[in-house]
Amino acid sequence: MSWRHKDLLGLRGLEKKDIELILDTAAPMKDIIGRDIKKVPTMRGKSVVCLFYEASTRTRTSFELAGKYMSADTVNIAASSSSVVKGESLIDTGKTIDAMGTDIIIIRHGASGAPHLLAKHVKARVVNAGDGAHEHPTQALLDMFTIRERKGTLQGLTVTILGDIFHSRVARSNIWGLRTMGADVRVCGPSTLLPPDIAELGVKAYTRIDEALEGADVVNVLRLQLERQQKGLFPTIREYARTFGLNQERLKRCKEDVLVLHPGPMNRGVEIADDVADADFAAIEEQVTNGVAVRMAILYLMGGTSSGIAH
Amino acid sequence: MELLIKGGRVVDPANGVDQIADIYIENGVIKAVGNSSGVSASEQVQVIDATGKLVIPGLIDIHCHLREPGGEAKETIVSGTRAAARGGFTAVCAMPNTSPVCDSQTGIEFLKARAQATGAVRVYPIGAITKGSSGQELAEMADMAACGAVAFSDDGKPVPRSDIMRLAMSYAQMVGKVIISHCEDPELAKDGAMHEGYWSTVLGLRGIPSAAEEIMVAREILLAESVGAPVHIAHVSTAGSVELIRQARQRGVDVTGEVCPHHLALTDAAVEGYDTSTKVNPPLRADKDREALKQGLKEGVLTILATDHAPHTAEEKAREYNYAPFGISGLETAWPLYWKELIETGCLTVNEMVAMLTVNPARRLGLDGGTLTVGSPADVTIIDTEREETVTLEGWQSKGRNTPYVGWTLRSWPVATIVGGQVVMTNRQLVQG
Repeated sequence: MSWRHKDLLGLRGLEKKDIELILDTAAPMKDIIGRDIKKVPTMRGKSVVCLFYEASTRTRTSFELAGKYMSADTVNIAASSSSVVKGESLIDTGKTIDAMGTDIIIIRHGASGAPHLLAKHVKARVVNAGDGAHEHPTQALLDMFTIRERKGTLQGLTVTILGDIFHSRVARSNIWGLRTMGADVRVCGPSTLLPPDIAELGVKAYTRIDEALEGADVVNVLRLQLERQQKGLFPTIREYARTFGLNQERLKRCKEDVLVLHPGPMNRGVEIADDVADADFAAIEEQVTNGVAVRMAILYLMGGTSSGIAH
Repeated sequence: MELLIKGGRVVDPANGVDQIADIYIENGVIKAVGNSSGVSASEQVQVIDATGKLVIPGLIDIHCHLREPGGEAKETIVSGTRAAARGGFTAVCAMPNTSPVCDSQTGIEFLKARAQATGAVRVYPIGAITKGSSGQELAEMADMAACGAVAFSDDGKPVPRSDIMRLAMSYAQMVGKVIISHCEDPELAKDGAMHEGYWSTVLGLRGIPSAAEEIMVAREILLAESVGAPVHIAHVSTAGSVELIRQARQRGVDVTGEVCPHHLALTDAAVEGYDTSTKVNPPLRADKDREALKQGLKEGVLTILATDHAPHTAEEKAREYNYAPFGISGLETAWPLYWKELIETGCLTVNEMVAMLTVNPARRLGLDGGTLTVGSPADVTIIDTEREETVTLEGWQSKGRNTPYVGWTLRSWPVATIVGGQVVMTNRQLVQG
């Protein structure tokens, strides 16, 4: 089976077989990352541009290395150093990149829907690396890959997403992906950080963390943007940590073999306790490795050849 | 110059007329409505055969943005009034949020002079409530009223301070004018791009809650009630606002409300795909709001149909959803959209809908027109209710091409617009002149 879409803009609307294809393809990719010589010719002659309008180290580096491990030519554009500061529109920037013969554009943007706007105006394939509070599909895919690796399946698992759901594109992509793959999804956070009508996305919403954690197979802890406190969305960081921070005591509510995820970067001692982040049941570094594998899979499915990949 | 409109279904709500009749126009004034067998065709008399068509008073838009001065790239008085004519409107009320803001006699005089010189239809200026529409000090409303302002509004923005709004209502009433309020709590609506609800959550766009509108509707009603002054609520968009207005009218508050076509024709689901032509303020709301608006119109809680025509340039709209300006270019599609949502659904009678686009806005602001009364200015619109047309930008008159309706096939279109006895649009084409 092959990738049936031009772009990857979000997980909402993707079918189970689309998601499975990516996760299945990511497994052999992970082997490549473990090799001494991390280079296959799969994407030789293909060009990938990372167009990042928001600061990012992890995701951008992950995409860049994913491309490089497969011999693609990768270029990074950071918005602050580009023609954007001269007032160029996203459409014009996209057309310019397109005209240089780019095969795939990876875009991160603070405005929800920016990847959709770009995709409408370029011939290149577009991968959404996070847009506003809309979606971050590759993060959710690497989360699902990590869960599947540890648990064997996603079907029937109870996954609790904890934190600032309101502003989180990671939460939204995880909700769509996990629901499609047959998991039960709970979201939990202060009422001021739960978006309106969230239950209509097919999840259960909680404001009491103990209830949200009861019997959970997986807890995905979101990063708390500390500046949200200044906007008045919750009283203090201290109270947030006491009320919604994940610690060893609270984890006892979960299943014994609970898996803890965090997309990073972490605020240790705020949304996640130090000894939880470093515990064996947490897979936070593993997620980073899996992120490269999943992104290799996506780039490959969108434009690579099969040479050098073991099946 | 004489004009005879023959054989149409004449609907003139102000005079209780709904019959097949002829309209005879002489020197820009309606001379007779009835049977024209006594009028002999001559070279002086231009005859329009309106058989099978609807002949109604010229449509009046109580709420549009012509953008001149300052926003000429978006729209001018020329292009905006041509769009109005193509949409069947013979008069439009222009909101003052131009650059500079129309907040003085000079601004009113400029608009009147430009409209006189270049406008295809009548233009009635609305003056600002506060200087620069900054919400701090009252503008010179008496002066503006004296030279032709028909109402006062800081549309585009709310008047945040309740004390200022209360003074404004009192002062406007003194000069015999109505305050038109753009109801939006600025803090609740801050950074919002669409209606707050399921779709804002799915799309990750900041929502504008219904309460942001309703809080201000409630405030305006209470202020109007305490002052004993009239107030008109612009672009009512939520079920809660309809209910507030219903209750207030029941206890005798002089409050009216208008509805815009997009709040009936579309819901927030249309934002999926991030098409910026769906970005409008107040935002496209949920289905229950749309139903409540229709119910409010049906019950006579809401009595005026407007356009909130808000043209923007293509480049301003060709942006990320968050960064695009609010507004839909609505003059040219208002009638068929209202027809679709209100007549084809059985919500209103033709007579009721015509009243809401003619005599009701005219009476609310004290304008001439809105009727086919003998002796009144001959502003007449002819509608072909059977005509089907697919919306395209070909022939589009507004500079603002920000319409979400391209590709929609709609029935019932204006086929002639007559202003003061002059045919300015016929057969969907503007008459050059």
